[in-house]
Amino acid sequence: MTAISASSATTSTSTAGTTAPADVVARVTSAATVEAARAENRAVLVGYLPLGFPDVATSVAAARAMVRAGVDVVELGLPYSDPVMDGPLIQSAVETALRGGTRVAQVMGAVEAIAAEGAPVLVMSYFNPVLRYGVDAFARDLASAGGAGLITPDLIPDEAAEWIVAADRHGLDKVFLVAPSSTTERLALTVAASRGFVYAASTMGVTGTRSSVGAGAGELVRRTREAGAPRVCVGLGVSTPQQAHEVASFADGVIVGSALVRSLRDGGVDAVAQTAAALAAGVRR
Amino acid sequence: MTTPQERATAPDTAAPETAAPEPTAPEGARPLADVQGPYFGDFGGRFVPEALIAALDELADAYAKAKTDPEFEVELARLHREYTGRPSPLTEVPRFAAHVATADGVPGVRVFLKREDLNHTGSHKINNVLGQALLVKRMGKTRVIAETGAGQHGVATATAAALMGLECTVYMGEEDTERQALNVARMRLLGAEVVPVTIGSRTLKDAINEALRDWVANVEHTHYLLGTVTGPHPFPQMVRDFHRVIGDEARAQLLERTGRLPDLVTACVGGGSNAMGIFNAFLDDDGVALLGLEAGGDGVTTGLHAARFSGGEPGVLHGARSYLLQDADGQTRPTHSISAGLDYPSVGPEHAWLHDTGRATYEPVTDTEAMEAFRILCRTEGIIPALESAHALAGALRAGRTLAPRPDGEPPIVLVNLSGRGDKDVATAGRWFDVLDSGVDENQEGRG
Repeated sequence: MTAISASSATTSTSTAGTTAPADVVARVTSAATVEAARAENRAVLVGYLPLGFPDVATSVAAARAMVRAGVDVVELGLPYSDPVMDGPLIQSAVETALRGGTRVAQVMGAVEAIAAEGAPVLVMSYFNPVLRYGVDAFARDLASAGGAGLITPDLIPDEAAEWIVAADRHGLDKVFLVAPSSTTERLALTVAASRGFVYAASTMGVTGTRSSVGAGAGELVRRTREAGAPRVCVGLGVSTPQQAHEVASFADGVIVGSALVRSLRDGGVDAVAQTAAALAAGVRR
Repeated sequence: MTTPQERATAPDTAAPETAAPEPTAPEGARPLADVQGPYFGDFGGRFVPEALIAALDELADAYAKAKTDPEFEVELARLHREYTGRPSPLTEVPRFAAHVATADGVPGVRVFLKREDLNHTGSHKINNVLGQALLVKRMGKTRVIAETGAGQHGVATATAAALMGLECTVYMGEEDTERQALNVARMRLLGAEVVPVTIGSRTLKDAINEALRDWVANVEHTHYLLGTVTGPHPFPQMVRDFHRVIGDEARAQLLERTGRLPDLVTACVGGGSNAMGIFNAFLDDDGVALLGLEAGGDGVTTGLHAARFSGGEPGVLHGARSYLLQDADGQTRPTHSISAGLDYPSVGPEHAWLHDTGRATYEPVTDTEAMEAFRILCRTEGIIPALESAHALAGALRAGRTLAPRPDGEPPIVLVNLSGRGDKDVATAGRWFDVLDSGVDENQEGRG
């Protein structure tokens, strides 16, 4: 393992792998939610919104509203100054959140409030804010707040030793990404390191709406399952109910971000609920 | 102090310390110089989206093959010689050296400049660009993208793209396009598309963000020609290797000229490529002090600077763990320097390692100190340095004053990497010294 990860991992106590982490509170995991939807013969809808856009209270209200409208899993974005996996729409929203003074510590209260709606809440964060907070402390506080886990867009399992130890210790989901460019070996590595589901990037690119979902998405889902993944959700470029319906036919979940952020920007909380309801109908058709 | 040898993964073959710097590492045994990525102690790595891993592996593989291919070496050496104009000269600057005040009775220092400013395109950047461009041809890619701050790396990339028939897009923070307008024009004349980046702080870090986004989307046919020793593996190691020629030449030139190694080597450090290039040849020479100069901006206490080692802490940005200017939440902090090329919140991971091991030291130089060194070199030697390189000159003036006399009574030798020339900075410097006639710089607004 890597010098940096190994050295920092040893600073954690060695409870990783034990079966009953002390501080795991009762909460819905993303795996259970995906499995429940599968029992209904449908895919889940994962909805993304960034914390603090347009302000913290409204972002929490919008996330709760989208759960009530049919979103199964919430992906709550932690605003970061250098979001390299995000397109212009989300970059701009995140910049607004940071200018508005959104702080990392606020994510814990937001998670608690959103989780009260009954849906699992995954935090999407670039690695440096988590590193700065303290990886184990972040995992501990997220678990205490009732969070389901973390989606890590710029952290590959190879560099994630410290996060993996912390997530295991606190019983959190580890959602890593795979891409159309991932080799079979890397798919196996990523699948083995993940818990909850694997996030399949539908296309080579950043977040944003696209007129069509990448043709390689179905193929990537197939290869990821072949690598052993029990659950695969597809994101990047899914924005319409029709696209959600198409992706739901071959994936376990559909991840939508930019379309919801745009609705929030242009029409507020009610518009988010409307968009979420239409997308939820798409995955249920 | 932890010695570099204790931290390096290479075997400990360092020679014993000597009172006076002499060549201490036998040929072929350079444990510090040959340290390989992806990790330099606790620093480096690959903190990037999974989508880029295949391309990074492909690049690392192409580079590993090229390194053992004599044809690659011959072709790169030919370009260095016939296109860039290498070897770059080593110039002794006695009138500049006279400005290093000394204690009574102690002979002054001798100062030598490694003239990377005389390379084609005006800076050291071309060394790395030609190496990577050859790899691009080998990988069969047809398009290169690059980030640029001062514009020197963008110009070098646009130049190599024209030479080798590659499509080229350069991302540049909008603020930098304004303060380096001449370099924008140069890139366009060379056939490159220059994209001003309007989000975030609108400087170098945002240009890198945008280049990374482009790369993720177009990685199949596009190579990200990263311009410094930062970023994910293999960039820090590979870019360092392509700049090794600076230090290798300087070391041989100085030995030939004086029969000695320098007592002190100074270089400016933004991402840190020119510094790694010249430091590398001396890493295993005990007794050669290495000093990196960061942008102190308005002063480290003002918060308006880019001094990562004085004001930063370890963190992750743009694919590597290194020292980083960040706030309590891990958000990247804004930076300031009169020099666009040093205006960057993080630093190459190998520098972070050299800092922590104590093999190299890093100090901030304020805008004012850099401009004073700039003025002295112009007036005493007839050489207009880049604002970046002026920080290395200021470091030489400051540190040269503290050098102990040599046991043999000879004056200490300071080697300065003059990484670039100042043509691009004439408007900024003209305003600083108030030597512009009114109206000359209408379209050259900078913040200097």
